[in-house]
Amino acid sequence: MEATASLPEWRSNLAMIAALMARSKNELLRVPGAAIPGVLAPTIFFLGLNGVFGALTQLNGFETGSYESFIVPVSMLQGAGFTGAAAGVNLARDIEAGWVDRLLVSPAPRWVLLTGTVLSASARSLIPASSVFAFALLLGAGWPGIDGLLVLFSMVAAMAAAAACWGSALALRFKSQSAAPLMQAGMMGLILTTTAYAPLALLQPWLQSVAEVNPVTEVIEAARQGFVGGVSWAGTWPGIVALLGMLAILGAWALREMRRTAR
Amino acid sequence: MSQLATNARVVRALGMRSLRQTFRRPQLIAPILIFPTLLLAIQTGGAGGAVDLPGFPPVQSFLQFMLAGAMMQSLMLAGNSGGIALAVDIEMGFTDRLFSAPIPRFAIVLGRLAGTAALGLFSSLWFLAIGLVFGAEIESGVPGALIVIALVTTTAMAVGGIGAAIALRTGKASVAQGLFPLVLVVLFLSSAFFPESLMIEPAKTIAEYNPLSFVVDGIRNPIIAEINASDLLDALLAIAGIVVLGLVLSARALRHRLRVG
Repeated sequence: MEATASLPEWRSNLAMIAALMARSKNELLRVPGAAIPGVLAPTIFFLGLNGVFGALTQLNGFETGSYESFIVPVSMLQGAGFTGAAAGVNLARDIEAGWVDRLLVSPAPRWVLLTGTVLSASARSLIPASSVFAFALLLGAGWPGIDGLLVLFSMVAAMAAAAACWGSALALRFKSQSAAPLMQAGMMGLILTTTAYAPLALLQPWLQSVAEVNPVTEVIEAARQGFVGGVSWAGTWPGIVALLGMLAILGAWALREMRRTAR
Repeated sequence: MSQLATNARVVRALGMRSLRQTFRRPQLIAPILIFPTLLLAIQTGGAGGAVDLPGFPPVQSFLQFMLAGAMMQSLMLAGNSGGIALAVDIEMGFTDRLFSAPIPRFAIVLGRLAGTAALGLFSSLWFLAIGLVFGAEIESGVPGALIVIALVTTTAMAVGGIGAAIALRTGKASVAQGLFPLVLVVLFLSSAFFPESLMIEPAKTIAEYNPLSFVVDGIRNPIIAEINASDLLDALLAIAGIVVLGLVLSARALRHRLRVG
């Protein structure tokens, strides 16, 4: 931190965020095997769901005849959810090891520490997303177009950031890796109680009611646009609003937990 | 006290320890109960319309069809969790202490498997209760429910044998944990979540020959229809095959563990 002490505040904050992201990158490069479950899980879910539920497209009301195309954004967002939850688990590990205590006594603002963790997760989520996307194309999923691709990957990165805020808040609250199932189950529940498996009209009434109020439904619908039709602003902005809302609420919660931990 | 009674006490004590360990650690209990329950709810709500597909077996509801899949998922993950817990015991040196105690070696593995079987029993009761609460009927009544409970419990023990063998062979919790995705692959490539005839190739062909499909069909049959002796026999043969595989692998792995320490 000495080198950054004389820098303007915004630059030292950026340097701190970059350092935290570099640490995350180093973890990935030094133990590449650790990333395998995060890549495998959504890929297996994609291949499995497609093989198992592929016949659902025969039901009246399905927007596409290709279940690969329908399910690929869900699996990519699921990968983002897993990656965000993993960021929470890693933070809990760092808390158990005492590393976070050292971070908290540094002069860096709390939001900078959180941003480093969240942006790292966001960047890492692109790895499983790319893997699922490549598999989907190989299996015959439609090409979403450049605009569809941009919307899709932006949604994935932002979803991972929201998931990382969720995971970090829980890690800071429980200060133990034992909270890992809650981090993962929370994200899994949030992403799958949507139009993940079938269009809204084909869901069972209880799930339909949940999906209608679940903000991730808008995210999935926005991410799916390129695969089931054209990309439009009308189909995109609800997803952006939903993600901004989740980021604001979960980010504020994580920050509050971080301040509480520091006290 | 006879040798048999002593061994039974050891198995019971280790089995109880294994159960307590699972219920005390959220990381171990979550994959066995929370995730399968969550997936059961979501898949039932999301893919429930599948019962209208031509070729779908006659069922009261998709929940009724899915109960067997949820039990299967739960017991497979119970077997995997048992393997992870055994590997942790090896890493921590607890198993070494047991090896030096005047108890038969097989009792150490059997104790862990007894715990996994108890988890299987708990899981079958849990999902049957969920089914009944949410309106899924057990078509073959109490005898059918008893068959389901027995099949789930014995399969959990059989699958636990393979988990134990991997833990004994590798002695590393990370390796046992790494099998989690493989468990999902094997499950997806069976008739656990959808009728085989409606699956997409190549999953359909693989599911046709996957032994787990026979087990899951055996568990599902008494739930969605009258008891079918042929399905039951197929399930028992498949379970016997998994038991034999687990026993052979465990015995070899135990010998290896005793050799390398």
